[in-house]
Amino acid sequence: MLSDAEWQAILISLRVAGTAVGWILVPGVLLAWLMARKEFRGKALLEGLLHLPLVLPPVVVGYLLLISLGRQGWLGQWLDRWLGISLPFTWQGAAVAGGVMAFPLLVRAVRLSLEAVDPGLEAAAATLGASRRRVWLTITLPLALPGLLTGTVLAFARALSEFGATITFAANIPGETRTLPLALYTMLQTPGGEAAAARLCAVSVAIAMLAILVSEALARRARRRLQGRDA
Amino acid sequence: MDAVGLQPDDTGVELDVRKRLGDFRLATSLAIPARGVTALFGASGSGKTSLLRLIAGLDRPDAGTIRIGGDILTDTARGHFVPPHRRGLGVVFQEARLFPHYRVRGNLTYGMRAAGRRCFDDIVALLGLDNLLARFPATLSGGEARRVAIGRALLTEPRLLLLDEPLTGLDEARKREMLRYIGRLVREVDIPVAYVSHEPGEIAAVADRLVLIENGGVLAQGPLDELLARFDLTPHLGGFDAVSVLAATVERHETDYALTDLALADGQRLTVPAVDEPAGTTLRLRVPVRDVALALSDPAATSYRNRLHATIERIGEIGTGSAVELRLRVGGQALRARLTRKSLAEMDLREGMPVVALIRTVAFDMRL
Repeated sequence: MLSDAEWQAILISLRVAGTAVGWILVPGVLLAWLMARKEFRGKALLEGLLHLPLVLPPVVVGYLLLISLGRQGWLGQWLDRWLGISLPFTWQGAAVAGGVMAFPLLVRAVRLSLEAVDPGLEAAAATLGASRRRVWLTITLPLALPGLLTGTVLAFARALSEFGATITFAANIPGETRTLPLALYTMLQTPGGEAAAARLCAVSVAIAMLAILVSEALARRARRRLQGRDA
Repeated sequence: MDAVGLQPDDTGVELDVRKRLGDFRLATSLAIPARGVTALFGASGSGKTSLLRLIAGLDRPDAGTIRIGGDILTDTARGHFVPPHRRGLGVVFQEARLFPHYRVRGNLTYGMRAAGRRCFDDIVALLGLDNLLARFPATLSGGEARRVAIGRALLTEPRLLLLDEPLTGLDEARKREMLRYIGRLVREVDIPVAYVSHEPGEIAAVADRLVLIENGGVLAQGPLDELLARFDLTPHLGGFDAVSVLAATVERHETDYALTDLALADGQRLTVPAVDEPAGTTLRLRVPVRDVALALSDPAATSYRNRLHATIERIGEIGTGSAVELRLRVGGQALRARLTRKSLAEMDLREGMPVVALIRTVAFDMRL
């Protein structure tokens, strides 16, 4: 039904989006907690920076990644020299692009759900002898779980659909960085590629729907437990 | 009395703090003894809950010290601050603050320690939680949730139990039920309790000591009965002035007449409507001032079942109104009475005179 190249694009997409989410999950949750619970200097500035990928054209983000993480970029040079890592034009580079674009969505969803956790419950847990770590693991995190799930799926979907930053930073290399959207774009540029494009389009819709359904089911289950009904 | 074997240490809380909260200034020095129930009483906004948060370590004072037993919890001068989770205090908040994602059992065991494990069943039974263990907090009523919160705090083996208006938002029947549970708790678990409330009725029912808080400062502190008997505090004691509190021990039940006989510390007897407590239990009776009548000698036949020999200790200010307040001494306890100025003059009552206080049996309001 699907050609090898199409399967390849699907697998690359899943790998790129999964890796992107895996990379941003922990820093995203930490940053969300910082924004939800702490007051510090430069918070407004950080908030602005955080939202930049949402409002900038993705191509601009890709370009910025290229000049910072590219072989001649200040960070890229360092990565290349000391760790032997080169990101541009690799699938890891595509994951970086997807991760950067998905980061604000993840932080936003997690932050909202953390803000909804009653600090009174955390205080109560502390008076019961729970250390801050235990409070975080047993109270804060479980209560914020629905938002965390939603945020993760949103981020995954965003990374999966990333086009502009990916093509700018990681290019469109078959078998390496040609993700679903890039493959779809390529098909549209190819005479007679309409059928393949339609198939890839259907696959995209199916993956997105599946992700949303699974996350909704998980979030509903978590919410039901939180509201005190048996899941 | 030690059915549940929690061991508190011997010195209570000593606190001397100052804190600014917006326009409000808290400047308080108070002591909570290591035994019994100490009520922190004051109007809403007087600083009671802020004090409780300082003791629990949820807030830091601008200056001052808080100690429990020999341990320093907070000492701003030395930069010493013990975080809440290391203070070993049990806090029951106004809202029960149960963890919604844990069942009742999980809530109860959240902070449980080794000794708590031994008395888990006792505390569950004491607070009537047996049938709730498998439920989630969202399905509990207000009173049930409050009881779980108290049990949860007790099972951490706290050195002091802080209760912040634990009856707020409950209906009358639930309030009485909760007061019964709290009364049982302080009788059976030997743990000092700080009880924050603005309800005189609750405090009269459970407290031994009273700390009167007004505008962030302590107006007076001491044994409840003593403070209630002080005329100078009457204006500050809101709804308290209308009652005296007498401690008495259950002697026997007259089941035929639905009455219970009680004995005061000095051996005098009282009869009250049947009380559902075993002999030997000490009760606190609230005697409304208006229900105490005076006679110069023991009347022969009267429907007043309670005739207590007393001495007039103090006659309140005689103004131009119709009523005068008197403070009597019955054994070691204070009993207030209110009579007309005319009766006072006709009976020629003076301080130091022996009198008989007559109290109607049905006048007693007592829940513990």
